[in-house]
Amino acid sequence: MDPKALVPGIKPGRMDKAAIEAGFGDLHPALDDHEALVAADRCYFCHDAPCQTACPTEIDIPLFIRQIATGTPEAAARTILSQNILGGMCARVCPTETLCEEVCVREVAEGKPVEIGRLQRYATDTLMAQNVHPFERDAATGKRVAVVGAGPAGLACAHRLAMMGHDVVLMDARPKPGGLNEYGIAAYKSTEDFAAREVAWLMQIGGIELQSGVALGRDVTLEALKAEYDAVFLGLGLGGVNALGVDGDDREGVADAVSFIADLRQASDLSALPVGRDVVVIGGGMTAVDAAVQSKLLGALNVTIVYRRSQERMAASVYEQELAQSKGVRIICNASPVAVHGNGAVREIEFEFTDDALAPTGERFRLPADQVFRAIGQTLTGEGLPELDGRKIAVDGTGRTSLDGVWAGGDCASGGDDLTVTAVAEGRDAAEDIHMSLMG
Amino acid sequence: MADLTSNFIGIKSPNPFWLASAPPTDKEYNVRRAFEAGWGGVVWKTLGEQGPPVVNVNGPRYGAIWGADRRLLGLNNIELITDRPLEVNLREMKSVKRDYPDRALIASIMVPCTEEAWKAILPLVEETGADGVELNFGCPHGMSERGMGSAVGQVPEYIEMVTRWVKQYTRMPCIVKLTPNITDIRKPAMAAHAGGADAVSLINTINSITSVDLDLFAPEPTIDGKGAHGGYCGPAVKPIALNMVSEIARSPEMRGLPISGIGGVTTWKDAAEFMALGAGNVQVCTAAMTYGFKIVQEMISGLSQYLDEKEISLSDLVGRAVPNVSDWQHLNLNYVSKAKIDQELCISCGRCYAACEDTSHQAIDMSEDRVFTVKDDECVACNLCVNVCPVEDCITMEQMAPGAVDPRTGKVVEAVPADWTTHPNNPMSATAAE
Repeated sequence: MDPKALVPGIKPGRMDKAAIEAGFGDLHPALDDHEALVAADRCYFCHDAPCQTACPTEIDIPLFIRQIATGTPEAAARTILSQNILGGMCARVCPTETLCEEVCVREVAEGKPVEIGRLQRYATDTLMAQNVHPFERDAATGKRVAVVGAGPAGLACAHRLAMMGHDVVLMDARPKPGGLNEYGIAAYKSTEDFAAREVAWLMQIGGIELQSGVALGRDVTLEALKAEYDAVFLGLGLGGVNALGVDGDDREGVADAVSFIADLRQASDLSALPVGRDVVVIGGGMTAVDAAVQSKLLGALNVTIVYRRSQERMAASVYEQELAQSKGVRIICNASPVAVHGNGAVREIEFEFTDDALAPTGERFRLPADQVFRAIGQTLTGEGLPELDGRKIAVDGTGRTSLDGVWAGGDCASGGDDLTVTAVAEGRDAAEDIHMSLMG
Repeated sequence: MADLTSNFIGIKSPNPFWLASAPPTDKEYNVRRAFEAGWGGVVWKTLGEQGPPVVNVNGPRYGAIWGADRRLLGLNNIELITDRPLEVNLREMKSVKRDYPDRALIASIMVPCTEEAWKAILPLVEETGADGVELNFGCPHGMSERGMGSAVGQVPEYIEMVTRWVKQYTRMPCIVKLTPNITDIRKPAMAAHAGGADAVSLINTINSITSVDLDLFAPEPTIDGKGAHGGYCGPAVKPIALNMVSEIARSPEMRGLPISGIGGVTTWKDAAEFMALGAGNVQVCTAAMTYGFKIVQEMISGLSQYLDEKEISLSDLVGRAVPNVSDWQHLNLNYVSKAKIDQELCISCGRCYAACEDTSHQAIDMSEDRVFTVKDDECVACNLCVNVCPVEDCITMEQMAPGAVDPRTGKVVEAVPADWTTHPNNPMSATAAE
């Protein structure tokens, strides 16, 4: 074993640069032309297809697959992008195993669905490689809309509004647009700077002015936006991270999984990125898996996900769980953290086993840890927002909030799963409603 | 292991699988390898008359149609008869036959439509020790422009005339190879029969253009921007070939005329189907050209297993389905069936629904939760749903028992067969005339 792997503490370069880069290669390599034809040929072109129903953006999947099968992936891409302008990213990050591919009749029949996600990527990659933007703006309406947050919901909303002739100002607190596409998802799902390339391609529609580094509540207020623009769309995402709420939560080495992932996504040299020898990730969702797998890929010796409920209840799909396990991540379920131990920096983290009702059982154990990631959910932050429904902005089916002229969508808004594809659907649908409202 | 030994018009071979006259049988090297692989016989690539041989194009000779995963379904060719000197072919045939006396070796011949031409070549062929000759009246491309191949096969009088010459000038068994590029296959077959042919073989390839290059606006295969129609073969032509074989087999005038079945034979099952429809053996080309000579091993093992399972001999198989090939007018109109969907096997793709609802009889119901069921009161048992269903045996046609009431017509299903000839709607029927 490489002695660098055994060094305790949070250190960079636990593996050779080449090994790290290989590990962070494309999770699902692109299909080549022949593979795409073979994969497309497996589609039965179902009537009223279940896959289309299962897609939050309702892409006409049988149609786009048939368009691939007949040698017109560009037409397939138009079919996809007309419903989902971030079809390229969704092809990479959608949990297809719990959406379209789960209900594919071939999954039902053979346990082997049509590879819808990879086919979608094939089509969208083909079009994007030609640097073609397939949509044109309608005649200018003279209306101006502020879109706050340049994540999937904001991008989808901005694009649809721009396409319908409105002028859009798209603001984001971060230095780069893209939201979680740029800062949040695992690097092996968005290789070769895809998130940034996709945004640049999307912006070719025209009529969208991007203002980076502009945060709601810090640089601009909702009141001011309402006054200045004809409509406002909030796609803020979830800016806060839940705390563990146990002793030692603030010890050195305890961090938010989302920050770790963001740092990783922005790192130009992954071999310079430090990671612990013994990493513990607390949580059971996609973020937990993304943090755990990437820790392992950086060279962490022991990576453990600890989840407080049973494995069946993990928000991460079975596919994601198996991905983690295949990379050597251990998953411990039914255990909650009770204390983070150490002298300054974390050395151990202590858990207590819980039953399915989360009641403590009295059985405790400790895991050695020099790095602990919190992945137990994110929260909406900000003041002066529209009324909330629970912990998120209350919206109706078309994204309207309690404030006149203000719409919201994506993770910050109530309803729907916190998925990229759901955010795209909500942003798109809000744009349609804004258009109706402005032009009606 | 069933005995696959074949005796076709007195020509013996260890199995009924022959390679058809085509590129795979163009020379000694290939034919020896074919025999080593297990082929029962070979029809040597068509010989032309003595003198400078024909020439082929130097661009592509083949075009194709593909199915899923580029599986070759149909092949088209514009290759002519052998482009090697006659004496070379004859020398090689003799050498091969000497070394493989148990295998069938047939010479395919195409010479101009004159008595002298046929009279000249037959003794030369006979001298090789070949077991028989096959008259190539089938090739639809190139040679037909010179009055040979299908140009002869399309004129029954020529077929009969040439066949007579051949029977007159050689003692070798004579097979006449027919072109499908005609309206009624029985006419050329009858002509061959009348001329004294020992057998017919069919089908030769079908006139075709496989595709058009949409950039060059030229047919495929394209040679310097132009294309010519070629001969179509492979799995795609099998249904046409089966019908033509059966038309001859069930023709009373040609009862007992041996048939060598050709056209898309790819597996043992295809061969068995040809034989059940009356072929005494089969000839294979495209399958060998697609997969190589080794496929004959599957054909041998498959046919053998099938015969063992059925407990019949090879000769029992030949023609066994012929009595069941009927005219439409004799089909039993009192036979009523209904489609039935096996809900356990159904994967809810809805293709049956789309097909029936959009293009047939609106006889399938789709529920909110995607359960598909047949409406017996609308189902005419057309079988389209069975054909479009991707799951084998999921939809079946179930016969209605005599005595039951067909909910579509409200009539009782009769036990006694009745066909169109006696149907009251038939103005020509006997009962209607009463």
